[in-house]
Amino acid sequence: MAQFKLPANSRISEGKTWPAPQGTGNIKRFRVYRWNPDEGQNPRLDTYQVDMDSCGPMVLDALIKIKNEIDPTLTFRRSCREGICGSCAMNIDGTNTLACTKACDDVSGDVRVYPLPHMPVVKDLVPDLTHFYAQYASIQPWMQTQTPAPPDQERLQSKEDRAKLDGLYECILCACCSTSCPSYWWNGDRYLGPAILLQAYRWIVDSRDESTGERLDDLEDPFKLYRCHTIMNCTKTCPKGLNPAKAIGEIKKLLIERRT
Amino acid sequence: MQTQNRPLSPHLQVYKPQLTSIMSISHRASGVALSLGILLLVYWLAAAAAGPDAFARAQGIVGSFLGQVILFLFSYALFYHLCNGIRHLFWDAGKGFELKTAYASGYAVLAVSAALTLLVWIIAFATGGA
Repeated sequence: MAQFKLPANSRISEGKTWPAPQGTGNIKRFRVYRWNPDEGQNPRLDTYQVDMDSCGPMVLDALIKIKNEIDPTLTFRRSCREGICGSCAMNIDGTNTLACTKACDDVSGDVRVYPLPHMPVVKDLVPDLTHFYAQYASIQPWMQTQTPAPPDQERLQSKEDRAKLDGLYECILCACCSTSCPSYWWNGDRYLGPAILLQAYRWIVDSRDESTGERLDDLEDPFKLYRCHTIMNCTKTCPKGLNPAKAIGEIKKLLIERRT
Repeated sequence: MQTQNRPLSPHLQVYKPQLTSIMSISHRASGVALSLGILLLVYWLAAAAAGPDAFARAQGIVGSFLGQVILFLFSYALFYHLCNGIRHLFWDAGKGFELKTAYASGYAVLAVSAALTLLVWIIAFATGGA
């Protein structure tokens, strides 16, 4: 059953406001979700004032600047800083995206930064993705074949078959889409969510994979697949411009088509 | 590692309402409203079958200002649910998933359902049906 209110231990209180830097008028305020497992207190919202004249353009640049110069306890994941690793996925200005590809200037007023929605928080902006990864493992995301591979070459694919993977293989599993989906919020324990279903479809349409039927069998489930109600928040928020809603629609279509 | 007391990150509280999500929950809400509204229609029909006195009483309730407001909302819920249902049929056929198309169809549903509602009420008042 959907729980619309946050549990008592998750309600957010006003936190600390860090002083503004001296000697600049170009200040942007960052309101950042903080929670420290060692303090035994509720999450709070800290306010950092950043001198944008000496800050890089992206929200990740600002977070790194805050960590370097204002508050070294601020905790977040980041790695590639160019939108290919998916580590810095978070909720910025009300939608999920990658901090490294979201420009501070795209946000008018204060920049509000929260962890990915409706996830257990490990610390500050770091969500626990264990369940998300377990769901990914459950779709067996690897090539499965029964026929022996050709002795002298790889399993080849026509250009047309390869083109079917475009818009799917680019997914970096940042979890922005799944954690933007209200269905995943309320039923994430059993609903696989847009990211995992897009990945599932990536293997279903792969012409070289020979477990298509088994994969479809596995998804034909009221919860795993059919909690998708085409809300489309996933497609709207994908920082890579992919379309999980369409991939899910294609899976539903395949399940109907194989019945007839 | 202690994992029991981890807070749940905020969701509805912080996620910006999207046209996509608002129209989706409105589809469900209008469906619920239609189920409730149908009770009023059934009452009205049952009253018509029960006799002139009962029908006059039902007409008095349904024809009152509050009754007309409820009927207006009911008719809008009906057209919204109908139009958005057709939008869902296209999705079920695998069409219209591109973000631009989904937004265009969303605005179209809002416009067409509002227009149909107004049209019905203009006709109703013009022909003296209300």
